[in-house]
Amino acid sequence: MSRTLIAAAGDALLEHRRQLTLDELSELAALPDEAMASLAALAHEVRLAWCGPEVEVEGILSAKTGGCPEDCHFCSQSAKFETQIQATPFLDTDEVLAAAAETAKLGASEFCIVLAVRGPDERTMQRLLELVPLVKERTGLNVAVSAGILTEDQAGRLAEGGVHRYNHNLETSMSYFPSIVTTHTWTERFETCERVRRHGMELCCGVLLGMGESVDQRIELIGQLRELDPAEVPLNFLNPRPGTPLADRLVVQPLEALRWIALFRLGLPSVILRYAGGREVTLRELQAMGMTSGINALIVGNYLTTLGRSPEEDLQMLDDLRMPIGALSKVI
Amino acid sequence: MPATAGAAAFCAWCGAPVATCGSQACRRPLDPPHFCPTCGRRMRVQVTPTGWQASCRDHGTPDLEATPSEDASYPG
Repeated sequence: MSRTLIAAAGDALLEHRRQLTLDELSELAALPDEAMASLAALAHEVRLAWCGPEVEVEGILSAKTGGCPEDCHFCSQSAKFETQIQATPFLDTDEVLAAAAETAKLGASEFCIVLAVRGPDERTMQRLLELVPLVKERTGLNVAVSAGILTEDQAGRLAEGGVHRYNHNLETSMSYFPSIVTTHTWTERFETCERVRRHGMELCCGVLLGMGESVDQRIELIGQLRELDPAEVPLNFLNPRPGTPLADRLVVQPLEALRWIALFRLGLPSVILRYAGGREVTLRELQAMGMTSGINALIVGNYLTTLGRSPEEDLQMLDDLRMPIGALSKVI
Repeated sequence: MPATAGAAAFCAWCGAPVATCGSQACRRPLDPPHFCPTCGRRMRVQVTPTGWQASCRDHGTPDLEATPSEDASYPG
């Protein structure tokens, strides 16, 4: 049964270049653990066929930390919760440039400036429009920005200002979102994502697994991502943060994480699927297996408020796997 | 300026007095310290792609060598 389903999925994706239906993905999601190696192998083959062998490396920086008015239940930067994070203002230009230079030295092609805000005010817009071309000029990196909900006008200005990719995560499915965020709606997020695409920036639209969502809601999320057609999907796994409402949730088990990496690849065959936050605590020693289960990009080094494993370990992993580093754009 | 070296009064990871913390459970390997070991207040912590820096409003950069640790090496 497992072999038949996996073979049929391979036939659809590799022979006919046809996307799987959500029902077909649901059937694959229900396969037993014993089928995981075969599922991962297919996802890797699909990644190579649809995206090629390159892996994109990115560095990220929290350029304005904490004090966020939103109540995303997973986030230690929300001002609504008593967490470890001390709010700090927008970094100086020199500090941002230094972090970008660190990223460039690692061989990355992308640098994302991340701000803990509901959306950018005019002063923040001015800072971003000053920083983006400067980082690009000084480091040669593509510059991405994550600054929350955008208006139509702001999306246009950031696109004109040279923002290569804009990050705005759906995080979870529409049906589960109200259990995770109450200060803004899933639809507001979706609309910002649409604006990003409309103005010609590449859309980076991530997910966070392990917040209590069901299997059906994860499949629902894949369907909703398809509607947005993002260039990149960062795949985060919950790393429960002290003081947040999700502080006591258990982390996703390694085999389950690998299953969902494979399913996101099979559901979104042409996307840049990036390893993001939580992989170290979720996958532990199995991180290389994610690279052969559909991942073709990673955040290297540290995250926004937590640390990653050393960049040297990740670069060695890619070298061991004979996976070349390169800049990626979504296959049309 | 680093704070004066000496025995830490507070756990740099959970902010509790060292006498009542007394455990490694609050110390997650991929979390930088967030609390001043001298006064226990939250510090400004800036994580960058390859390191981190922490500073207390009153005590500056903490002397984390004085903080009890299972691993004396600190990144950044």
